[in-house]
Amino acid sequence: MDWFYSFPNMNDDTLRNLKKAMDEGFKAFTREYGDIIESFFQPLQYFLIEAERFMTTTPWPIMLLLIGGIAWIASRNWKIVAGTIITLLLIGYFDMWSDAMKTIAMIFVGTVVSIFVGIPIGIIMARSDSFQRVVNPILDVMQTMPSFVYLIPVVMLLGIGKVPGLIAVVIYAIPPMIRLTNLGIRLVDKDVLEAADAFGSSSWQRLKNVQIPLALPTIMAGINQTIMMALAMVVIASMIGVQGLGQPVLRSVNGQFFSLGLFNGLAIVGIAIIFDRVSQAYGKRLQKHQEVVHG
Amino acid sequence: MADRSVQGAGIKIKNLYKIFGQRPVSYVEAVKKGMSKTELNEQHGHVLGLRDINIDMPAGCIQVVMGLSGSGKSTLIRHINRLIDPTSGEVIIDGADVCKMNQNDLREFRRHKTAMVFQKFALLPHRTVLDNTVYGLEIQGLPRDKQEAQARRWIERVGLKGFEGHYPNQLSGGMQQRVGLARALTNDAPILLMDEAFSALDPLIRMDMQSVLLDLQKEIRKTIVFITHDLDEALRLGDRIAILRDGEVVQQGTGQDIVLQPADEYISNFVKEVNRGRVIMVDTIATPAGAPATSGGVTVRTGTILEEAAKTMTDANQQYATIIDDNGKPTGVISMNNLIQAMVTPISHLTSKAAAE
Repeated sequence: MDWFYSFPNMNDDTLRNLKKAMDEGFKAFTREYGDIIESFFQPLQYFLIEAERFMTTTPWPIMLLLIGGIAWIASRNWKIVAGTIITLLLIGYFDMWSDAMKTIAMIFVGTVVSIFVGIPIGIIMARSDSFQRVVNPILDVMQTMPSFVYLIPVVMLLGIGKVPGLIAVVIYAIPPMIRLTNLGIRLVDKDVLEAADAFGSSSWQRLKNVQIPLALPTIMAGINQTIMMALAMVVIASMIGVQGLGQPVLRSVNGQFFSLGLFNGLAIVGIAIIFDRVSQAYGKRLQKHQEVVHG
Repeated sequence: MADRSVQGAGIKIKNLYKIFGQRPVSYVEAVKKGMSKTELNEQHGHVLGLRDINIDMPAGCIQVVMGLSGSGKSTLIRHINRLIDPTSGEVIIDGADVCKMNQNDLREFRRHKTAMVFQKFALLPHRTVLDNTVYGLEIQGLPRDKQEAQARRWIERVGLKGFEGHYPNQLSGGMQQRVGLARALTNDAPILLMDEAFSALDPLIRMDMQSVLLDLQKEIRKTIVFITHDLDEALRLGDRIAILRDGEVVQQGTGQDIVLQPADEYISNFVKEVNRGRVIMVDTIATPAGAPATSGGVTVRTGTILEEAAKTMTDANQQYATIIDDNGKPTGVISMNNLIQAMVTPISHLTSKAAAE
C-alpha cells in the first residue's frame, strides 16, 4: 500500500538526468545561438538607449511641458493635465526625477514594441480560428507563468541588462494587446463588414477602413492594459539590471529601508495613474462617434 | 430628363438553389428531385434556403422581392452580388455569370456594377456623412475631388445638404438611411440592391423614403432590386413583384396581377389587406367603348388607378367615364358601380378571381 500514501513519482535518477539533459541542451543552444540572438535584438537596445538618453538629458521643464502637452492632446481634459504635472513635480521634488524618466523610457519602449508585435498577431488571430487556437494557450502560459521563471532563459541567452529586462516586460505585457486586438476585430458589426464587401473592398481595404477603426476603442483598452502590466514588471525587471524606480525598491527590500521603498513605490503608482487616465481618456474620445446619441 | 435612357442592366436568375449546411452540394440532386424543406432539415440537418428560383429582372425596372421573414428574400438578394455563394444555378448580368467569377472579377463587379442599401444602414460610425458617401468611389480609387463632387451631388439630392460633416450617430434613422442611399447612388452602378432598406423606419418616414426613391428612379432608371416584407410597399414601388415563400417563388407579375389573381391562399391572405383602389387600373374593369352618351364627357387616361378615377368622376358628379389612350382615342367605359365593386375587397379568393374576369 506504499503507492497509495506516497505518489509513485518518476525514478530520482531519471528525473535528474532529464533535468540535466534539458539544462545542458539549453546551455548548448545558448552557446551556439546566443550571439546571433543578441545581435537580433541590437536595434531594440539602440532604441532603448536613445529613448532613455532623450528622457534623462532633456532639461526637466521641457520634459514636463512635453508630457503635459501629450496628456492634453490625448485627453483634452485640464484636470488630467493638471494631475499629470503635479504628480511629476512631486516625483521630482522627492529626488526621483531621473529614475522616473528611466522607468518611463522603459515603459514607452516596451509599449511600442508590444503594439508593433501585438497588433499584427491580434489581426492574424482574428482572421484565422486555427491560429487563434494555437496562440491562446501560449498567451495563457505567458500570463500565468511566474515572471521569475522566464527571466532565467532570457538572462541565460542575453545576460543581464536593459534588453533582457525589456523582453521580460514585453512577454508579460503583450498578451492583453494581442487578446484585445483580436476581440475588437471579431466584434466589429457584421452588417458594416457586409457593406464593405458589397462595395467591393479588398481585404486590406476592409481591414484599414472598417475593422481597425471600429476595433480601435478596444485596441486602446489593450494598450492601456499593456502599459499597466509593463509598469507592474518594473520592479521585477530591476532584478536583471533594468534601471529606474525599480532599483531603489529592490534595494529597500534588501536593506529594509521603509521610506525609500514607499516613495519609489508611490512614484510608480503615480506614473501608472497618469498613463492610465491619459490613455483611457484618449480611448473614450475615439469612441465618441460610436455611441448612439439618437434613440 | 424623363426620356433619359435606361442605365440599368438586366438580371437573369436561373435555377438558383441554396442549401445551408456542412455538405450542401451532396443534397442538391435530392432537392431537385423534390425533397421537401422539412425532410431535408429533419433527415440530413441541412436547411433549404432557396429552391429553383427563376426571375428575369428587366433593365431599368424596380423588381420587388416580397416575403415574410425566413422566406429567403435576403438570401436571394445576396446572391446577386454574391455575398452568399449559391449551391447551384446562375445569376446572369451583362452576359456574365456572377456565380462563376473569380475573386478579382467579383470585386470589380461589385465595385462597378452594383451598389447596396442595407436594412440596418451599415454606415461607418467613425466617418462623417460625406466620408461615408464617398466610400464606394474611394474603394474604386478615384481621385478625391471627383469622389467629393459626386458625393455632394447625391447628398444634396437625397436632402441632406448641410449635414456633410455630421456623424451617423448624430442623425435620425431616416436621415441615416438617406446617407445609405446617397452612398449607393454615388457609386453610380447600374444595379441598386435594396435589402429591406426602409423596414427599420417608422411608417411616415418610410412613405417619404419611398417617394424619394420613386422620384429618383424617374431620373436614374437603374435596375433596382427591392426586398420587403410589406405588400403595400411592394405594390407602391414595384414594376414587377416576386413573392417568395419558404425559399420558393410562389407568384411573380405586376402588382395588379398579384392583387387580382393571387396564386394561392397564402397570397390572397396578404392581398386582403391591400388598398385595391391604389393598385388596380381602370383598364382592368372597363367594358368596351360603346355607349359614349352615358359617359357624360368625363375621360380618364388609360393606366389610371381606380382611386384617382373615382375622384375624377365624383368631382364631375358623373356615373360613367370614358377611358382614353395616349392619343385620346376611347378604349372603353367604366361605371361608378364597377369601380366601387372592384375597390371593395372580395370575400374570398374565388370572388377576387371573378372580379378580374
